Amino acid sequence: MNAITPPDPQPALPDPAVPAPGGRNPFGSGTVVLELAPSPLVRERMALALADLRGGWVFRRLAIAFAWVDIKLRYRGSVLGPFWLTLSTALMVAAMGAIYATLFHMTLRTYLPFLTLSLVLWNFLSTLVTEACTCFTVAESTIRATRLPLVVHALRVVLRNLLVLAHNVVVIVAVYIVFQIWPGRVALLVLPGLALWAVDALAVTMLLGALCARFRDIPPIVGSLMQMAFFVTPIIWKPELVGPARLWLLPFNPFYTLLEVVRGPLLGEAPSAAVWSSAVLASAALVLLGFWLFARTRARIAFWV
Amino acid sequence: MAARIEVRGLDLAFPLYHGHARSLKKRMIASVAGRMGANGRMGEDSRHRVVVQALRDVNFSLTSGERLGLVGGNGAGKTTLLRSLAGIYEPVAGQVRIEGTINALLDASLGMHPELTGRENIRLRGLMQGLGGAAIARLEEDVREFTELGDFLELPLRTYSYGMMVRLGFGMATAIRPQVLLMDEWLLAGDASFMEKALARIGDLVRSAEILVLSTHAVEIVRAWCTRLIWLDQGRVRADGGVGEVLDAYLGHKPPPAPG
Repeated sequence: MNAITPPDPQPALPDPAVPAPGGRNPFGSGTVVLELAPSPLVRERMALALADLRGGWVFRRLAIAFAWVDIKLRYRGSVLGPFWLTLSTALMVAAMGAIYATLFHMTLRTYLPFLTLSLVLWNFLSTLVTEACTCFTVAESTIRATRLPLVVHALRVVLRNLLVLAHNVVVIVAVYIVFQIWPGRVALLVLPGLALWAVDALAVTMLLGALCARFRDIPPIVGSLMQMAFFVTPIIWKPELVGPARLWLLPFNPFYTLLEVVRGPLLGEAPSAAVWSSAVLASAALVLLGFWLFARTRARIAFWV
Repeated sequence: MAARIEVRGLDLAFPLYHGHARSLKKRMIASVAGRMGANGRMGEDSRHRVVVQALRDVNFSLTSGERLGLVGGNGAGKTTLLRSLAGIYEPVAGQVRIEGTINALLDASLGMHPELTGRENIRLRGLMQGLGGAAIARLEEDVREFTELGDFLELPLRTYSYGMMVRLGFGMATAIRPQVLLMDEWLLAGDASFMEKALARIGDLVRSAEILVLSTHAVEIVRAWCTRLIWLDQGRVRADGGVGEVLDAYLGHKPPPAPG
């Protein structure tokens, strides 16, 4: 320990090898002042939560890198790599398609495209929701080691699942080619649907992430709710099967309407106004609730994880 | 802009929600349990949640050129104070204001993943620091030079020896030069052959920072590097002043605790 050299009392500032970027705190908003104090005012909390969300944009490359690393590590050393996802989805769709087309007395040509779309989209949704619950708790060591916008951890989960979804889209395309299906121009309506999904995905991840960091009983509850939703939502069964008398009930299931704004256009059907308004209402509620909860809990999450 | 740290009336309390399963909680309970009763550091807040009071009414301010050492026993709140200066734990009461770029060296293995190559780890670390593409390239160059890992940087970390891992972690942590440097004592632990080079590098880093806050048990380092010392005791500032007087009081109070 004798090799310690005392630093100069008046530090000269040499050209730094790698300077810490100015304006890193809070999250690159162009200032290098970090001011922390409890914020009892709702308006202050909202402003800080918004600053965190903006930080997600500043650190977008980190979130993307995290998402890629997760995928790469999951399939490290395997020959097919992430295309195992594609293969397992293809097998599942083939097996379920054969069985349920017989059970529902439908031709494969009408049933299989529906089932493929439904399963791929639902898998995205249910995996996202499950992983959302742990988005902050699994990042515990990072959260406690450095100040990052919390939204980065939520973005990581959303982007990772988008990458998985992209691998599964291959199966959808393959089914469409095999059965020579072309949804037509109405398919363009999928774009607002996907935009809605993007916003909802981030909102639900922030909401569940914060909630589950505080209450560790939530993840199993969410798990069973999602399983229930799988059966009560027209995913493997076509919506028409409830019968014309009860068709009006379906838009009250937000899982159905959110699924339908993406699935409908790709099957060549424009979603009805009822479906759209239900999906938009559910999304608005989700976004408001998610933002409110995040604004309330943001400063506490580091203590909870 | 000159760097500056201002801490006023800082209170920090950890809520204990999740029973006994969490290691942090276990550690804190263990370190506090012996002293409970006497000072009531563990108690209930107004909503009857069990809380551990980690910091209580901490006040100080640092200006450019000051090098503050934090001493105190295990569980005195040194690391917690560093974390709140880094903006990780936000105050429950009081205020923390930091002017200047910050680099907090709190966790040796921050973002280090055994399955990723050295180079991928460096890139992730750079992104975590908010560096851009050019700065990440410089970071990589700097770390490559310091660690002398050469082609090993293209291999996953799990193929590294322990010493190589330490070098990489240390090299990455010390490559970024901030105005405000927050340092936990892990940085000063390493094998002897590496220590000399490491200390020279830390010396450089410390010299280039305007403000240093260092938490340590090592008396030699405090004497060599610090211009001011705060003695934390159970979350409170027990003494604050010149290195000599505070160190004398601290060492006279009880034998220096075992490191770690």
